[in-house]
Amino acid sequence: MKIVVLVKHVPDTWNERTLDLNTGWIDRTGAAVIDEINERALEVALAYQDSHDAEVVVLTMGPEQAKDSLRKALAMGADSAVHVLDPLLAGADLVRTATVLAAALRQTGFGLVIAGNESTDGRGGVIASMVAELLGVSQATNLNSVVIGVDALHGERATEAGTLTVSSVLPAVISITELSATPRFATFRNIMRAKKKPVVVMTLADLAVDTAPRADAITLAAQRTPARAAGIKIVDAGDAGTELAGFLAGKRLI
Amino acid sequence: MSHIITLIDITPAGEIANTAAQLLSAAARLGTPVAVAAVRAEITNNRQLVARISEHLGTLGAEQVYLVASEHVGVIMHWPQLEALATAATTLAASGVLLCNSIEGREIAGRLAVRLGGTLLVDALDVRQDNDRIVATHSIFGGSYLVDAAVTGKPAILTLRQSTADETPVVQHPVATINILDTDVAGAHSAVIEAFHAVEAGADRPDLRGARAVVSGGRGMQSREQFALVEQLAAALGAAVGASRAAVDAGFAEQTTQVGQTGVTVSPELYVALGISGAIQHRAGMQTASTIVAINTDANAPIFDIADFGIVGDVFAVVPQLIAAIAARDSAA
Ligand SMILES: Cc1cc2nc3c(=O)[nH]c(=O)nc-3n(C[C@H](O)[C@H](O)[C@H](O)COP(=O)(O)OP(=O)(O)OC[C@H]3O[C@@H](n4cnc5c(N)ncnc54)[C@H](O)[C@@H]3O)c2cc1C
Ligand SMILES: Nc1ncnc2c1ncn2[C@@H]1O[C@H](COP(=O)(O)O)[C@@H](O)[C@H]1O
Repeated sequence: MKIVVLVKHVPDTWNERTLDLNTGWIDRTGAAVIDEINERALEVALAYQDSHDAEVVVLTMGPEQAKDSLRKALAMGADSAVHVLDPLLAGADLVRTATVLAAALRQTGFGLVIAGNESTDGRGGVIASMVAELLGVSQATNLNSVVIGVDALHGERATEAGTLTVSSVLPAVISITELSATPRFATFRNIMRAKKKPVVVMTLADLAVDTAPRADAITLAAQRTPARAAGIKIVDAGDAGTELAGFLAGKRLI
Repeated sequence: MSHIITLIDITPAGEIANTAAQLLSAAARLGTPVAVAAVRAEITNNRQLVARISEHLGTLGAEQVYLVASEHVGVIMHWPQLEALATAATTLAASGVLLCNSIEGREIAGRLAVRLGGTLLVDALDVRQDNDRIVATHSIFGGSYLVDAAVTGKPAILTLRQSTADETPVVQHPVATINILDTDVAGAHSAVIEAFHAVEAGADRPDLRGARAVVSGGRGMQSREQFALVEQLAAALGAAVGASRAAVDAGFAEQTTQVGQTGVTVSPELYVALGISGAIQHRAGMQTASTIVAINTDANAPIFDIADFGIVGDVFAVVPQLIAAIAARDSAA
């Protein structure tokens, strides 16, 4: 089976992340990494490949630097990578991103597509569903666990109300949560091998996707909120609990 | 005025989800509010229940209600809701669709945007009409930025972050017009739901999203058993329970209680962090709380940088004393 994992190159959550106040776009000049959730998505694919006949492809849409995320994924064990790279994609909104990813998936072909449930930068949590709808295939999203079979898959889907046991026919698009898998480390051998693995670059023209920039959702204004400052800090000398109760009462919080 | 559709959740017993008020009052700011729900035929066949639902939604501001009966409710993921929304949006040529920014809500919104060729904005804190376009305010990077975005394409599909903030008063419609439709969809392509296990809602504990107070515990709570202290303080404060990712990973708390970058974002009046270091990803989910209290044995824990009241101390000594002090005040009052 061909498994395509969707990976996104995102600003590192360990750093302070910034927005360009003019465009409202994420400032991508700082340190960026493969989103942790996508390492988990890749792990789900690689764990399946460990015991089944499968080809694992990673796909990203992003700027030149997104290559680093693809390299990381190849070093973890993915077989090949596809990079949709086009200056006309800067600032793409959700609909456009999903449209482009779906077009790329039509070209690569797939038995299963695995995405993260939510990216740490945009936090949309929608791309997997949109891609499934565009491709007209089944979707099973926000899975805490998944068992991939020959022509179907089963999983535990998490929602605010509870968990659902779901099943889906293949081909399908799924998304996984943080609970799904712990990503493996790239071995030295795989890091060396990754350098020789193919990375195919595609442009909008290659994908036959409308190249007119789509801007139905436009940023009007962006502002920084004031940073928080530290307040009172005491060292417990045996009565801190009582003091805290006094503080809360003073603020009418109890 | 153009129609704004909202997706309302209705339980099999006919109860209307508590997010309905927020959605309908936001819809009232943008146009004529319409409530859409996908339900099983047991509901649409029950005249009394239908009357009660329309009356309730009418008082929340819905001018029209679409109840779409489908055998797929609770059986095929998203499909009935998607069909219901698409049908209503097309019939009314709606200019906007509002959904709750829950896992279900945003996924349905994404699919609907594709289906209707609309524009999608997720996780809006607020929406308003600005000339002939809809403008939504978003909080980015854990509340570090506020961004206003306008939707020019139609229809605009938006998800709203759950909040209990004061809702705009709405025009009540004592008898909302009821439209009952049947959907019989062939070729539904979505996962099949085989079983549902509801989360064990802590008796009368508030929901984490939208709670006025939240008490969260971290790895410093040491064990699942000792995490009970977090629940005890939450009970004393009438607060919801949260957790850090380390506490979730260690099995002290359920994943649904995780606060932070990859968990729930909360913005309560009071946030109490117990045994939580305050890593940047945790702060991303709680730093917009009005008042932050932290108790940690490590005086250098980063959580103190944003705490309004910080105690360098042992949670197992401080928290029981705090609970006793709250109880003493309550009985004195
Ligand atoms: C992509 C990504 C996403 C993430 N998302 C999240 C997220 O959504 N939410 C989240 O929380 N984290 C998230 N993290 C993890 C985050 O980086 C931290 O690892 C995590 O928040 C640490 O949890 P903690 O504070 O409970 O544990 P620790 O950092 O281990 O802190 C425990 C604290 O308890 C204190 N302590 C110990 N004993 C006591 C005692 N008796 N009394 C008082 N204090 C005591 C210690 O001094 C320490 O400060 C994410 C990380 C990444 C990379
Ligand atoms: N530009 C992109 N390139 C590849 N995959 C993406 C991209 N954007 C989102 N995804 C995938 O969709 C998931 C959810 O993203 P989002 O819906 O933006 O929160 C991510 O974890 C990725 O798997």
